[in-house]
Amino acid sequence: MEQLTMAQALNSALRDALKDDGRVLVSGEDVGPLGGVFRVTDGLTHDFGEDRCFDTPLAESGIVGHAVGLAMGGFRPVVEMQFDAFAYPAFEQITSHVAKLRNRTRGRVELPMVIRIPYAGGIGGVEHHCDSSEVYYTHTPGLRVVTPATPQDAYDLLRDAIESPDPVVFLEPKCRYWAREPVSFDRTGTPFDRAAIRRRGTDITLIAYGPMVATALAAAEAAAEEGRDVEVVDLRTLSPVDDETIAESVRRTGRAVVVHEAAGFCGYGAEIAARVSEQCFHHLEAPVLRVTGFDIPYAPPKLESSHLPNVDRILDAIDRLQWDDQVTLAAQGSVRDA
Amino acid sequence: MAAQPQNVTGLLPAGEPVRFVAEDGTAGPPPPGYTEPSPERLREAYRRMVLGRRFDTQATALTKQGRLAVYPSAAGQEACQIAAALALRDDDWLFPTYRDSMALVARGLDPVQLMELLRGTWHCGYDPHATFTAPQCTPLATQTLHAAGLADAIRRRGEERVVLALIGDGGTSEGDFHEALNFAAVFHVPVVFFVQNNGFAISVPLAKQTRAPALAYKGVGYGVASEQVDGNDLVAVLSVLDHAVAHARRGGGPFLVEAHTYRMDAHTNADDATRYRDAAEVERWRAADPVRRLETHLRERGVLTEEDVAADAAAAEEFAAGFRARMNAEPEVDPLGLFAHVYAEPTRQLAAQRETLRAELAAQEG
Ligand SMILES: Cc1ncc(C[n+]2csc(CCOP(=O)(O)OP(=O)(O)O)c2C)c(N)n1
Repeated sequence: MEQLTMAQALNSALRDALKDDGRVLVSGEDVGPLGGVFRVTDGLTHDFGEDRCFDTPLAESGIVGHAVGLAMGGFRPVVEMQFDAFAYPAFEQITSHVAKLRNRTRGRVELPMVIRIPYAGGIGGVEHHCDSSEVYYTHTPGLRVVTPATPQDAYDLLRDAIESPDPVVFLEPKCRYWAREPVSFDRTGTPFDRAAIRRRGTDITLIAYGPMVATALAAAEAAAEEGRDVEVVDLRTLSPVDDETIAESVRRTGRAVVVHEAAGFCGYGAEIAARVSEQCFHHLEAPVLRVTGFDIPYAPPKLESSHLPNVDRILDAIDRLQWDDQVTLAAQGSVRDA
Repeated sequence: MAAQPQNVTGLLPAGEPVRFVAEDGTAGPPPPGYTEPSPERLREAYRRMVLGRRFDTQATALTKQGRLAVYPSAAGQEACQIAAALALRDDDWLFPTYRDSMALVARGLDPVQLMELLRGTWHCGYDPHATFTAPQCTPLATQTLHAAGLADAIRRRGEERVVLALIGDGGTSEGDFHEALNFAAVFHVPVVFFVQNNGFAISVPLAKQTRAPALAYKGVGYGVASEQVDGNDLVAVLSVLDHAVAHARRGGGPFLVEAHTYRMDAHTNADDATRYRDAAEVERWRAADPVRRLETHLRERGVLTEEDVAADAAAAEEFAAGFRARMNAEPEVDPLGLFAHVYAEPTRQLAAQRETLRAELAAQEG
């Protein structure tokens, strides 16, 4: 297997999709000769021609709206938004049209398109280059929202997304673009709509996705040194969410912490915490906790590290999972017995 | 209400970019309808161009030392940058982009405050109300609507001020630019939209951006008077901007100016321009260097002496040294400041989050 960075794995997925399906088209700002600002489309114009991978005029609403028309006309467009915050001009197209066209037409109009968005922080980017915009999309019925945490998943999920009959918002964690691992192209990995258990554990379920999976795994290692056996669930698909994997895990461990970069208030973790409470209430030993970014506009580069969730904050949350209650309850029990 | 234009007369730009001084520095016949700015203003423009260019190379150098997160250079666009600053009164408003730090230095903003955005200590380091300068804008073309709105505020208050919004060629493809032209025209407000067409939007050349014969033609469809100008001829850019600003100030409504110029450096220090353009093309534009062109012109006019040139260079050097020294000091940042200005008063929730961070920082120190 080849060692690939996430950016290269995404590039391979686009290449293979362009090769396998003549309807696939790649478009966006600087995706042509430059290969995209993160080089995800590197060489595609050269190898597949300008017809298949092309620069558009600089207008995100235009890029997405144009792709809607291409998809209605039988193509499978894959568009790139250059950065998270620069997808906002396309918000109307995404929420009012991409998400709804199937429903509005009783299923007669299908939009098999992918909107790739480099997202989230951790790269010292100046303002508007670091937003965690996932819930704008997950709160919009009709969109599938996925985010890979590893190069292998980047390949598999992007191939799946391009083949999906539904529109997919594909969030690429920028800080993981340069992470490297062996990547296989046989597509035998985790299915599209399923979460993956990245680390098995018995004491706590740590739920993360995209940029925070690596941080969660590091926290799990650190917790192991303190004698706590942490299971790490990588959601992969944010919408629809894989409740089953989450619930199965939390019922085993009895404790859950959700981690994400985005602001906590009305964040994705709120949804997960609610679901875990609903589905695992009788198995829970402690409230579900969230470790998130603060409720502030994304911090400037020099203050980014104060804002982002890190291993220590996750360990703090783990410590707060009412471990002492068992002891207390047991102690009370023995008093009563006496 | 202003009278509805009945036809395109008076709105259309000149067929060729307005130019006073040829690439080799020789003055041609004055273009019809425009007057050459006074020798004093041109002399001052030269001084600020030399300073601006030196500031720009210093800023790029600071990225290499890790003192700036990123820097988008305006090298090659000095005539546009300096003319934009000089065409305005101190209390006129300027709406700049990330590309326009040089114009803000020429406007007299403190370079270190100005660099907070790119240094990464905050998102905007200067006071927009004190400097009549909006925060440098990154989401493309959005500032043009703000400029139209602020110009409408000026109109409603009966003030005599003008707003100038800067934008790049790529930005003119965004919907907001078109909405801004239309709003400005419909409300007949004193705003000048100044497009610096530097040939590229990152890697994308103008030919992939538009089929318009020139971006200046985009004004006509909205009823906005428009002009195109040689963006490397300071005399022409300043003359045309003077005209546009005067038009807006006397109640003539919005004005669109397109300057044809060239981005000599990569998009930013992080970009590799060799992936999408020829070194030969860049070399050809070197011949059109705006600073040398003005220098030759002013020397021929007897407005600029050998000693002046040396003095301006020395002053620019001194400015750059001061800037460098201040930037080399490790900046002070306060993590607790993250919570300060999200709302007029911190919410209870933010106060609690601030306390969490404060305790965390204290624990790290202890
Ligand atoms: C809405 C939006 N989309 C994309 C970007 C990313 N981006 C930053 S600069 C740039 C190119 C802009 O080109 P142009 O308007 O010609 O100005 P220049 O950079 O050449 O001064 C792009 C695509 C952005 N800042 N905002």
